[in-house]
Amino acid sequence: MSKPKTLSQSPLQSWFTRHKDQCLVWLLRGLAAIAGAIILLILIFLIKESLPVLQEVGIKAFFQDRAWNPVEQSYNLVPMIWGTGLTMFGSVLLATPLGILSAIFCHYYAPQSIAIIYRRLIELLAGIPSVVYGFWGLVVLVPMINRLHPPGTSLLAGICILTLMILPTIALVADAAFAEIPQEYLLGAKAMGLSASGTIWHIVIPTAKSGLLIGVILETGRAIGETMAVLMVCGNVVQTPDSIFDPIRTLTANIALEMAYALGNHRSALFVSGLLLLMIIIVLAIATELIDQEV
Amino acid sequence: MTKSITNNSQSSIQDLQPLIQIQQLSLSYKNKPAFQDVTFSIPQNSITAIVGPSGCGKSSFLTCLNRLSDLIPNCQVSGHIQLGTVNLLSPKINTTALRRRIGMIFQKPNPFPMSIKKNIVFPLKEHGFANAQEREQIVEEVLTDVGLWSEVKNRLEDSAMSLSGGQKQRLCLARALALKPEILLMDEPCSALDPISSGIVEDLIVRLRHKYHYTIIIVTHNLAQAKRIADYAGLFWVEEGCGRLIEFGTATQFFNAPEHELTKAYIQGTKG
Repeated sequence: MSKPKTLSQSPLQSWFTRHKDQCLVWLLRGLAAIAGAIILLILIFLIKESLPVLQEVGIKAFFQDRAWNPVEQSYNLVPMIWGTGLTMFGSVLLATPLGILSAIFCHYYAPQSIAIIYRRLIELLAGIPSVVYGFWGLVVLVPMINRLHPPGTSLLAGICILTLMILPTIALVADAAFAEIPQEYLLGAKAMGLSASGTIWHIVIPTAKSGLLIGVILETGRAIGETMAVLMVCGNVVQTPDSIFDPIRTLTANIALEMAYALGNHRSALFVSGLLLLMIIIVLAIATELIDQEV
Repeated sequence: MTKSITNNSQSSIQDLQPLIQIQQLSLSYKNKPAFQDVTFSIPQNSITAIVGPSGCGKSSFLTCLNRLSDLIPNCQVSGHIQLGTVNLLSPKINTTALRRRIGMIFQKPNPFPMSIKKNIVFPLKEHGFANAQEREQIVEEVLTDVGLWSEVKNRLEDSAMSLSGGQKQRLCLARALALKPEILLMDEPCSALDPISSGIVEDLIVRLRHKYHYTIIIVTHNLAQAKRIADYAGLFWVEEGCGRLIEFGTATQFFNAPEHELTKAYIQGTKG
């Protein structure tokens, strides 16, 4: 610590020694306040930016207008909500069993050496930038789906890419949940000659249930928020899809695509979709908290 | 595998046939020996107490008998354990069948996180008891055996986690009994319990032994307990960083006229 030279060192030093803990507590309080304030500021900013259009056309317009055509004062977000909802739902549906089963394999069946390598690989999967996933999807996945059913850029492509992207989340959280299961349950089961499958189904899964649910919520959050990769493979046509081969546009992609030229109410309407996304994430966070408390 | 235990007379335990013959048994973790060169025989229908200070390999010894040692990474077992006509340490042994024959009670009560009833029903189902009525009957039978029936009969569907420590341990015992084992391994079953629960469990061990003619091998820190319940006793001790069986004999001889100096000192409380 730098101190003014005129001040004798010992009193300040002794003051600091005596109040070391208070100093640390106030420092930490300050830092925590900053982190909390940032979230609040973002929320306030989003509300402030979306207010003009909300006041002018009302919330209903976003669900009942004829189409999404902000230049002509038409703000229907429903096709994009479908887009986000369906990609999210599809990818969570695929990634959850995959992730949980792979964690079970890793924890209860794989030899130690394979389990370690496997965990590192999953962590690596989580670290790949989303644009790389999107690029791969565009170059490999979309042409494949195109051969199956044109145009290729589609809800299905979005679901596939998102599944890959959220798989590490659920796999790692499930792995951590399994690691927390008390060893004595497993020893007890082994000592009674119970089968591995029976033990996993009746003891491991019920015990890890809350951890697994939190994993599902976290992957859902990631699926909703993902923008770049989805934007690259989904085709971005504003429409409510009739089949998984139809192109769709998600709420996040909508913001990314139009923010460059949106003005006035159009810009404000994009902030409304941002607000909507944040609300969903807040609900998910509250759900996580509730599950956590229940245990 | 023969399952004929017909000897009912408690007075003649001296004449009992050896059920488990242990020869030159050694166990090491990562090449560090836990115990070495253990040789003795455990007679049928008896309570054998293994005593000794912490870290002398008592519990490790117990895990060899039901092959739970297989699950410990880097754990190596050598020697020979003969049960009936089979060598327990043979890699060909079906451990599932073995562990059904040899029940185990742990130091810390470990009921499964499910209802009281399911704790007993689930292992039964796993071992192929398909008849629901038969299962219900076994639940009542074993819970009565451990004196829990009157305490829990109205709340069988409650979580086993809501029971007290002593009740949990008795449930674990009931769960093990449900599979009708021949041999029960107990790893300090009373040391995590309060004195009253501990007394209840101890009485239970003796009573069940008389009723079902189990062979019980109990590891304990509690010398007084070993003296009260055991027919045979063995002392494990650490010598040169490795556990060894110092003395094994009938309880009367072990506690009243021990041959080895260490046993004498341990029983008198001057060592250990």
